Amino acid sequence: MSFHTEPASTSPALTGPVPASPGLPAPGKDKAASQQAFLAVYKVLMSPRCMNCHPSGDAPLQGDDSHPHTQNVQRGAEGKGVYALKCANCHQPQNTPGEHMPPGNPKWGLPPAEKKMVFQGRTPRQLAAQLLDPKLNGGRTKQQLIDHVTSDTLVLWGWHPGDGRTLPPLNHAEFAKQFKRWIDKGAYLPDK
Amino acid sequence: MVKLTVNKKEYQVDASPDMPLLWVLRDILGLTGTKFGCGMALCGACTVHLNGEAVRSCVTLLDRAAGQEITTIEGLSTDNSHPLQKAWIQADVPQCGYCQSGQIMSAAVLLRENPHPTDKDIDDAMTGNICRCGTYPRIRKAIHLAAQLQEGGAQ
Repeated sequence: MSFHTEPASTSPALTGPVPASPGLPAPGKDKAASQQAFLAVYKVLMSPRCMNCHPSGDAPLQGDDSHPHTQNVQRGAEGKGVYALKCANCHQPQNTPGEHMPPGNPKWGLPPAEKKMVFQGRTPRQLAAQLLDPKLNGGRTKQQLIDHVTSDTLVLWGWHPGDGRTLPPLNHAEFAKQFKRWIDKGAYLPDK
Repeated sequence: MVKLTVNKKEYQVDASPDMPLLWVLRDILGLTGTKFGCGMALCGACTVHLNGEAVRSCVTLLDRAAGQEITTIEGLSTDNSHPLQKAWIQADVPQCGYCQSGQIMSAAVLLRENPHPTDKDIDDAMTGNICRCGTYPRIRKAIHLAAQLQEGGAQ
C-alpha cells in the first residue's frame, strides 16, 4: 500500500491566509446575523420613503404605490431637476402641510446622473454590494455609511415625511441599529 | 416686517413669515398678474422667479423669499418687449389667459438656460404648466419663435 500525498506547497489549506482558528469566523463576525440584519435594512431601503428617490429610471417616484412623479419631472445631471421643474421649484426646505402637498427638505433631490445609487429593482445581495462599493456609494467607508444612515437630514426625513405618507417598516433607531449590526457582524452579502 | 425685492423694487411687507408668497404678491403688493390655480404646486399658474429660478409661489413661504430677488410676470420687461412676450402676441397664444403668466415665467427659465430648445426640451420644461383651454400647440410654437427672436433672427 502506498500513500500518495501532495507536496505541501500545492495543498489548498496552505496557499492562502490561515485564520488563527481554521473553520471558525474571525472574532465578532457572524455571517448569519449580519445577513439577517441586512434583510431588515433592505425592507426599509425598498420602502417608498427611501426607494422613491432611488429609482432605476430618470424620474423620481411618488406615493406609496411608487408611480412615476407627475409633471414629467426629470433627474437632470445633478439630480436637482431641469429648467422650470427643478426639485426646489416646488419642494421647499420643509414639508408643506396637508395631503398631496409637496414634501420638503433642504437637500431635496435625486442622486446625480453619474452615480444614480439605484435601489429600485435590486435584490438584497445586489443592494448590499452596491452600498459597500466606494465607487458606487459616494466614496463612503463603512463607518461613513453608518454615520450617513444615522444622522443625514434627508435620510431622517423618511420618518417625518409629511401628511398622508406611510412610514418605513422600522423606526429610525431600529433601522440604524440593524444597519450597524450588518456592518459590525462582517458586512456579509445576503445569498440572493 | 420682511424686506422683499420684487421686480427690482424694495418693499417692507408686514406679514407672517409663513404666508405663501402668492398672497403677498397679489393681496399685499397688488401684483395680480400671478394667478392662483390650485394652491398645491400642481398647475404652475403661480410661477414666479426667485433669484432667476422658477418657484411656485402658492407653496413658497415669504420666509424663503425674504431678502431675495423676486420677478413676476409684471417684471419680465417694462414694456412687453421680452422675446417671449413678443412671440406670445405674434402667435396669438392665450385664450382665457389664466395660465399664461405661469407659462411664460416657466418658458423664460427654459430660454435662458437653453437658447435653442428642442421639442423634448420644451416637454421637459413646460409639462408642469397646465392649460385648460389647450393652447399647448401655440405655446410650443411661441417658444420656438421666441428663441429665434432672441437670436435676433426671423420675424
